[in-house]
Amino acid sequence: MPIDLVLFYVLGAVAIAASVAMIAQRNPIYSAFALIATLCALAAIYGLLGSPFIAVLQIVVYAGAIMVLFLFVLMLLSVRPEEGPSRSKSLKVAAGALVLVFAAQVTSVVTAAARGTGSATFDASTRQMALKLFSPEFTYTFLATAILILAALVGAVVLAKK
Amino acid sequence: MIPINDALVLSAILFVIGAFGVFLRRNVITVFMCVELMLNAVNLSFVAFSRSLGTLDGQILVFFVMTVAAAEAAVGLAIIMALQRHKETLDVDSFNLMKW
Repeated sequence: MPIDLVLFYVLGAVAIAASVAMIAQRNPIYSAFALIATLCALAAIYGLLGSPFIAVLQIVVYAGAIMVLFLFVLMLLSVRPEEGPSRSKSLKVAAGALVLVFAAQVTSVVTAAARGTGSATFDASTRQMALKLFSPEFTYTFLATAILILAALVGAVVLAKK
Repeated sequence: MIPINDALVLSAILFVIGAFGVFLRRNVITVFMCVELMLNAVNLSFVAFSRSLGTLDGQILVFFVMTVAAAEAAVGLAIIMALQRHKETLDVDSFNLMKW
């Protein structure tokens, strides 16, 4: 078994275990740390899939900026672990059944869509990504995200203001 | 070389765990984190399909999804802070003003 395949399965197991720990945890702070572990494992998987730019972006933007924002708000609001009884048993069973059906459906669709290990000449280096991102094809989309970020910035300040 | 199939199955599993967390948890911030996990699962699909098809469009989409996720986290957490100030709790069951 080649080393990258072993790494992929190990990282996949880490991602699944950490995300299960995230939803099993009553304390949101521990949930946030488990999510950071999942995001880091996913970043490594992006690297294994030949996408170094996305891998670094995942670490910097997700594990860095977004999760720090989450932890900042959790500590600012001094959130306590969930108290009282958990969700009722019937609701849990219903949610589990719904989720299982959904899982079967998604798995059957995505596994029918792709086979093999992808093209051998795949090049997703930062240079290629930049050439694609700043090409005329994506100019307006890129500008729209700039406006979106500005709107989110203003919106967050207005909403969080006392 | 990673089989694309396995990456897609991992993505489906992570998405489903996120969806189950939305049903299961009652703290609004944990629910929000589950939504982030679902976004990440979709990103993994995009990267795997981009690899499978040999084009960069999937990677560009991941870039835009991350931008939107960052904006969403900023606005969402601001809304959560406003909710906490208004209701003194973060339990999703207590936010039922719009419920008929």
